[in-house]
Amino acid sequence: MVMELFRGLWTTLQEFIQTNLRGPVTYAYPEVKRPLRTRFKGVHELRRYSNGLERCIGCALCAAACPADAIYVEAGENTDEERYSPGERYAKVYEINLLRCIFCGYCEDACPTNAIVLTDKIPPAGYARESFIVTKAQLLVPPPPGAPGTPQRTTDPALRTRSIWEEGLVNEPV
Amino acid sequence: MAPFLVEAAIKSLILVLLLLTGFAYLTLAERKLIADFQARIGPNRAGPYGLLQPLADAVKLFFKEDFIPEYADRVLFVLAPLITLIPTLLIFAVIPFGPELTLFGYRTRLQLTDVHVGVLYIVAVTSISVYGITLAGWASNNKYALLGGIRASAQMISYELAMGLAIVSVVLTTGTLQVSGIVEAQRNGWLIFLQPVAAVIFFITGLAEIKRAPFDLVEAEQELTAGYLTEYSSMKFALFFMSEYVKMIGFGALMTTFFLGGYLGPFVDLYPGLGVVYFTLKVGFLIFVLIWLRATLPRIRYDQLMSLGWKVLLPLSLANVMGTAVVVALTA
Repeated sequence: MVMELFRGLWTTLQEFIQTNLRGPVTYAYPEVKRPLRTRFKGVHELRRYSNGLERCIGCALCAAACPADAIYVEAGENTDEERYSPGERYAKVYEINLLRCIFCGYCEDACPTNAIVLTDKIPPAGYARESFIVTKAQLLVPPPPGAPGTPQRTTDPALRTRSIWEEGLVNEPV
Repeated sequence: MAPFLVEAAIKSLILVLLLLTGFAYLTLAERKLIADFQARIGPNRAGPYGLLQPLADAVKLFFKEDFIPEYADRVLFVLAPLITLIPTLLIFAVIPFGPELTLFGYRTRLQLTDVHVGVLYIVAVTSISVYGITLAGWASNNKYALLGGIRASAQMISYELAMGLAIVSVVLTTGTLQVSGIVEAQRNGWLIFLQPVAAVIFFITGLAEIKRAPFDLVEAEQELTAGYLTEYSSMKFALFFMSEYVKMIGFGALMTTFFLGGYLGPFVDLYPGLGVVYFTLKVGFLIFVLIWLRATLPRIRYDQLMSLGWKVLLPLSLANVMGTAVVVALTA
């Protein structure tokens, strides 16, 4: 019995020394946040090309792939005067119900243009259920520095027919 | 007579102030150390490293409602915290914090008063404080509090015997009841080496006397919510809390004085001021051990507590006293 006592004391002393040498295993939360892996599947975002156009073409494959039926997409027609994305159509309405979402990442896999991506940010908390339905305005990332936002006025004929911009074929996001 | 009174007044004032700040920062130190043992950060909100935490706690306690249950015995309910706290403070009156030294041209001992029967005084005073706890349990008119109070009295009585006998073997070895005499007798070697069994018994029984883990059955959160503290709030709770922590310091001080050579250490005769440093270091180490034990050991069962006290520690300390007496008688 006495030996076990000292073994226990030794165990806790080791823990004590380790905490003092290597620091505690916990974080001072609001100031220091636990770093997440980049492959962590957190809250979604809709990405853009480097010229500011939206990647999303409103195809709704993500909504089809979603096992929790959390995504709602309504497509609109692009014109040369008001162009949101390459190709014919863009997402006029894009909503995700975060309370339904299971963060499986199937939408990410289904997306032909790599528009929807699960980031490493933790989904927010809220007081009302409605606040968990995130809209396109909340999902869409701001245009890259120097690039204009959407809609854009364009004349490039390639943008009328091709739904994936050249850059999208070579320079994929990680 | 007058200078003696002034000296005593100044010394007690310093002592009380030291103990109060010591208590306040001991609560923080305990939380921080426990956090270290559990690989956590611990309190860090109030001030840098949480150094203002005791202040925040004090302010909080002052603003809490001072609640007295309707069917409580009001007089005893108010008196009980005082009966617990005052004896714990009184212990320090006879503990020498350092050797005799000259301060501002005035030769004095770093001890409030050097009673000739200091050891008897300590034993007597420490046993008063259990009345406060038992009375608190009784006066609260609450089942948990009463059970806590009863446990406290049973535990104290069981362990006081073995503790007293451990002190008896110290007294037999040093041949004096004067506390400063016991310290001076350890000039050639600490008593922990001469009386290891007594030291271990004193340590274990001391843990039980101050109700520290693994002997914290009196408060036993899981069974008794908070034992005798259940109905107490605000500053009355703070007084109990204070007595708990002052007892920790007191236990460290007594263990240091009896077994670890008190203020003695290298060069203490050349620089008497060093005595205070040695004393503080030793007490600090013992308090660390107390916290370490709390971070390690689970609470023991009540029957284990009783059988350890009566069947192991008491016979062991009796045998130790007899052995010591024989050796002292033969060598004298």
